[in-house]
Amino acid sequence: MASVVKLQDIHKIYDSGEVPVHAVRGVSLELAPGEFLALMGASGSGKSTLMNTLGCLDRPTRGTYLLDGTNVSELGRNELADLRNAKLGFVFQGFNLLARTTALENVELPMLYGQHRLSGAAMRQRALACLEVVGLANRADHFPNQLSGGQQQRVAIARALVNQPQVLLADEPTGNLDSKTSVEVMGVFQKLNDQGITIVMVTHELDIARFCKRNLVMRDGRVVSDHVVTDRLLADVELARLREAESAAKLTN
Amino acid sequence: MRLSSTLIVALRALRRNKLRSMLTALGIIIGVAAVIAMVSIGNGAKTQVEAQVASLGQNVITVFSGSFTGGAMRGGWGSAPTLNLEDANAISREVAGVVGVSPEVRSRDQVLANGLNWNTQIIGEGPDFVTIRTWPVARGTMFSDQDVRSVAKVAVIGQTIVDQLFPGEDPIGQTLRIRNIPFKVVGVLSPKGFNLFGQDQDDTVIVPYSSHMKRLSKRTNIASILVQAVSSEEIPKVQQDITDALMQRRQGKDQDFTVRNQVELAQAATATSKTMTLLLAAIAGVSLIVGGIGIMNIMLVSVTERTREIGIRLAVGAHGRDVLLQFLIEAVVLSSLGGILGILLGIGTSKFVSALNGWPVLVSTPAVVVAFVFSAAVGVFFGFYPARKAAQLDPIDALRYE
Repeated sequence: MASVVKLQDIHKIYDSGEVPVHAVRGVSLELAPGEFLALMGASGSGKSTLMNTLGCLDRPTRGTYLLDGTNVSELGRNELADLRNAKLGFVFQGFNLLARTTALENVELPMLYGQHRLSGAAMRQRALACLEVVGLANRADHFPNQLSGGQQQRVAIARALVNQPQVLLADEPTGNLDSKTSVEVMGVFQKLNDQGITIVMVTHELDIARFCKRNLVMRDGRVVSDHVVTDRLLADVELARLREAESAAKLTN
Repeated sequence: MRLSSTLIVALRALRRNKLRSMLTALGIIIGVAAVIAMVSIGNGAKTQVEAQVASLGQNVITVFSGSFTGGAMRGGWGSAPTLNLEDANAISREVAGVVGVSPEVRSRDQVLANGLNWNTQIIGEGPDFVTIRTWPVARGTMFSDQDVRSVAKVAVIGQTIVDQLFPGEDPIGQTLRIRNIPFKVVGVLSPKGFNLFGQDQDDTVIVPYSSHMKRLSKRTNIASILVQAVSSEEIPKVQQDITDALMQRRQGKDQDFTVRNQVELAQAATATSKTMTLLLAAIAGVSLIVGGIGIMNIMLVSVTERTREIGIRLAVGAHGRDVLLQFLIEAVVLSSLGGILGILLGIGTSKFVSALNGWPVLVSTPAVVVAFVFSAAVGVFFGFYPARKAAQLDPIDALRYE
């Protein structure tokens, strides 16, 4: 099967300071459809830079990046934006929902900037369907400040899904969540992955990485480890275990 | 295709940030309203002040007859019988730029009516007197040219005479006696009060100059001639023309009259008008600047605090142009709404102040236009400029912005 993402010898050098920072030094990576990759590494290892490159938010200094057959390195600002809109979905650590905007309208946002204009009703229907997928259809009219952290992140996931992207990119999606909510969010990701969506997520939590299928570890701008997860955790199982532990704690109290 | 989406986005953004939208619009509302109210009230005040200055009598030139010299004693202006009615007619006939002429004769006499008496000034004048002195008749009418020609026994009296001779009565149609000749009161002048030299200007009886000359003072010459020029700029020329016309009638004899104008008054009127105009301009300018700064602040803050929002929009596929257009639409909608509300508020405030003070308040169309255009331009510019900078940001930087 053709790869969705193909990175070849990617370099990224930041020139803004006095000394140029070589953040990514020759990363090559291929992702087949349906992969679930965890990108790991310490601060400054270059994983965020690589993620921004993958997300078409930033262009590599050197190297080629093929996203679904398109050579990203050659595209302009607006073409990148269109590519992000059509083929990528973003989930951020800080959720990044628009404040004072309902969950539904937040989910509709990428469709407003789409190449193909949809009618208001069609947008609404698709947004609701995506909220359904993340289990929040009944919260469509809630504002972000009326939702818990896990719910906000699920709205963000619904937003990322709404344009039926090739790849879902998540930058530390569980960074702001407690462990149980993290597992819930990972459960959503696993469900989506089971439906065939390619997912790349950045995390530095080892146990979160174990929910993925493949782990990539970076250090100093280079890939130091790339392995398939053998002892993969399943969110459903973990959640059941957590619930049991919780009720046990309540019983003993 | 994208314009309609952007319109939706912009209107949604305005709706969901009602407070911010209101504050932004408020800046424009206050800016526009302040300018309109200030200029309207100022214009009203200016008209009021100018009217007050004008009520002192405007563009008046007085021709005095010469001084009578008897032995070593000189009588002062008006004491020699050197002016006559022909001179007055010559001025109204021959001099251009003259809108009113009134021959003047004066005397002091005892006036009787209702069994009361009072010593006062009796002035013989022409019907133009009330317009030349800007001294309208409050009740009744001024006597006419017909009254002058028929040497009518009619009089127009000042408020003091009313108070002294007709207390608590309507003097119109009643009779007063001067040197035992009955004069019918046809009008009462509006009260003018004391002049700058402490003389009671209302303490006067005005009769047709012909009646004064033939029935009272029995003289053929006149003391002075009141002339009104068409405008203050014309005064020097009119003055010169009067001198020329009268000298021509004297055919080479020495000048036996003098022509004076109210230079001081004219200067005061011009200076007042200038000061008021300057004051208005200053107030309008300050209001505009203050309003503009208000608009600028709220626009800058609102765009800066929305950098993250811009980052999100860019990340999910908005082009820089979409973001720019969104902010432009927001700014235009807020500016025009604010501007319209500001105009209404400004006019309302003007009318309120007018009702409160009884001033004439003139809503000036240029002020409305300038205030609206300036505020809208400031609103759009300061909404547009930071948005343009934000739209050019890297989405990564915009997203990281705290």
